[in-house]
Amino acid sequence: MKTEGKVWKFGDNVDTDQIIPAIYLITGDSKELARHAFENVRPEFPKQVKAGDILVADNNFGCGSSREHAPRALIGAGISCVIAKSFARIFFRNSINIGLPLVECDVRAKEGDTLEVDFDGGKILNKTSGKSYTFQKMPPFLMKLMDAGGLVKYTKKQMKN
Amino acid sequence: MPTISEKILAKHAGLKQVEPGQIVEAEVDYIMVNDVTGLPAFEVYDKDFAGVPLKKEKTILIPDHYVPNKDVKSAEQAKAMRDFAKRHKIKNYYEVGRGGVCHQVMIESGFVAPGRLIIGADSHTCSYGALGAFATGIGSTEAACAMASGKLWFRVPETQKFVVDGKLGKYVMGKDIILYAIGDVGVEGSLYKTMEWYGSAIEKLSLADRISISNMAIEAGAKAGIVPPDEKVFDYLRSRVRGSYKPVYSDEDANFSEVFEYDAADIAPTVAEPFLPENAKPAADVSVKIDQAYLGSCTNGRIEDMRAAAKIIKGKKVHPDVRMIVVPASTEIQQQMIKEGLVDVFINAGAFVSGPTCGACLGGYMGILAKGEVCVSTTNRNFIGRMGDKESKVYLANPYVVAASAITGRITDPNDL
Repeated sequence: MKTEGKVWKFGDNVDTDQIIPAIYLITGDSKELARHAFENVRPEFPKQVKAGDILVADNNFGCGSSREHAPRALIGAGISCVIAKSFARIFFRNSINIGLPLVECDVRAKEGDTLEVDFDGGKILNKTSGKSYTFQKMPPFLMKLMDAGGLVKYTKKQMKN
Repeated sequence: MPTISEKILAKHAGLKQVEPGQIVEAEVDYIMVNDVTGLPAFEVYDKDFAGVPLKKEKTILIPDHYVPNKDVKSAEQAKAMRDFAKRHKIKNYYEVGRGGVCHQVMIESGFVAPGRLIIGADSHTCSYGALGAFATGIGSTEAACAMASGKLWFRVPETQKFVVDGKLGKYVMGKDIILYAIGDVGVEGSLYKTMEWYGSAIEKLSLADRISISNMAIEAGAKAGIVPPDEKVFDYLRSRVRGSYKPVYSDEDANFSEVFEYDAADIAPTVAEPFLPENAKPAADVSVKIDQAYLGSCTNGRIEDMRAAAKIIKGKKVHPDVRMIVVPASTEIQQQMIKEGLVDVFINAGAFVSGPTCGACLGGYMGILAKGEVCVSTTNRNFIGRMGDKESKVYLANPYVVAASAITGRITDPNDL
C-alpha cells in the first residue's frame, strides 16, 4: 500500500488537547471532530487540510489523554498517515485499533513538502527534497490487526473461531 | 527474574513467562469507561457486537467528566451511558450523587486489588498501580472489544525502578515526588514502560500519596506506575475489596531497564510550569500572580489532600483577587469533609466547595479560565488550553502549595507563609 500527500509539520509533544480540545468530546463522529482539529494551535488546519495530507512530527506525538477522539479527528480530516520519531502509547494503540496508519521514522520534512509513503516496502520518499528514508515494519501482531481492518474486525473473527 | 508487570501479564495471558516487547492477549479483570470515553465505546458495541452478551460483571460505567450534566450535549452523552447500563443490565453504574471521579470510585468500590489487570478508557487508569495492580489507560473502541471478549492485547513493558530514600521535608507530598521525577526523566522518559517505586520515603507515604504518584505515571509516558503493595494497601482493602487477591512482587534480581535514585531531601514543594508536566521547579523559585486556586481531581482530591489544604487555610482568607475552588473526588470524600468540618474551613476562608466531578481539570466546567488567567492546581496536566482559554496558564502543585497560594495571591511555598 502506498500513499502520497502534503506535509503538515509539527514538533515535539503534540498533546491530545492540541489535537482535539476537551470541549469537543461530546461526539464520536470523525467528521464533526475534524472540524475542530488543532483549533487552538493551528486554527487554519480544519479549513485547509486536504484528504491525503500527512502529519510529520518529532517526539511523543499524541501525548496526554486516552481520547480516541484524537485519531478519529485526524481520520475525519482525511489524514492518510502520521509520521513521527516516537508516539505516545495510548494514541499509538488507538490509531492501530481504528486504522489510522502510523509510521515511526525520523524524517526531514518541511511544511508543504510532498511525501510518498510505501508501507509494504518500509520506505518514505520526500519528493520535494529528494531524500529517502526507511522504517521498520510493525510487530507481526500489529500488522495482523491492521490487515484485519482494525481491532473490531479482528475481535469478531477471534470470537467466531 | 520477572517484574510485577511481567508476572501479572503472564498470568492473565495464561503464559509461564513473558518478555518486555512481547505482545500478548490477556484476560482483563475489569474494564472501566467514563461519560466521555463511553459514548464512542457504546456506539461501537451496539453496532459491531449487537447480540453478543456483554461481560457485565467485568464492566464498570462511571460518569465524571461532564456531570452533573454540563449542557445539553453532555446530558445526551450521560444519558447514553445510563441507557447502555439499563439495556445491558450492567449493575456497576455509578449515578451522579452516588459516585464521583472514575478512578477514585474504582478504588473506593473495591475493584482494584494487588495482582489484578485493569483497563480503563481514561489515561489516569494507571492510578490503580498504587494498590499493586497492573492498570493502564486504553481507548474507546478497544474498551468495547474488551466488553465483548473479556480480553485485550498488550505489549509487555520494560520496567524502570525509581527509588526515593530519606525523609521528606515539611509540606512535601507524593505529588512533589512525581513532579520531581517527571522533571528529571521528561514527558517521554518512561514511554511504554512501567515505573516501579521503592525506597524508605515511598514506604512511609500514605496510600493517598502513592495514588498521586501512580496517577501521574502517564505524564512521563508510562504504561503503568506500580508501588509494591504493603499493609497500608491490605488495611484499606480489608473492608472494601471485591473478591480475593494475591499480591505480586518483582523478583529480587528483576530486570529493570533503568534505575533512578532520588534523595527525599532534594524534593521541595514543587510546581510544574506551563505547558508541560515536566517543567518542574521548586515553588519557592516561582514568582507568579494567580487568579484561581483549584483543589481536586483524581490526582489530589482525597480526604488527605483536603486535610492538608485545610491545615494551611484554616483561620485565613483567600486573597481578594483569587477564587479558590475545592472539588472532592467522590461522594464518600465529600461526606467525610463535612464530618470533619473541612467544608466550613474552606467556606469561612472564602473558597467555593463543589460536589464531586472532574470539573475544571480538563476544561470541563467548575472553574474555567479566561484569556490571560493563571491557575495553580492540584490536577495533572498543564497543556495549552487545558483549563480554558488557549492563553490561560496552569501551574501544577500539591494541596499545601495551592492553599498557600490562594492566601497570598501568588504561587507560594507554604514554608514561606
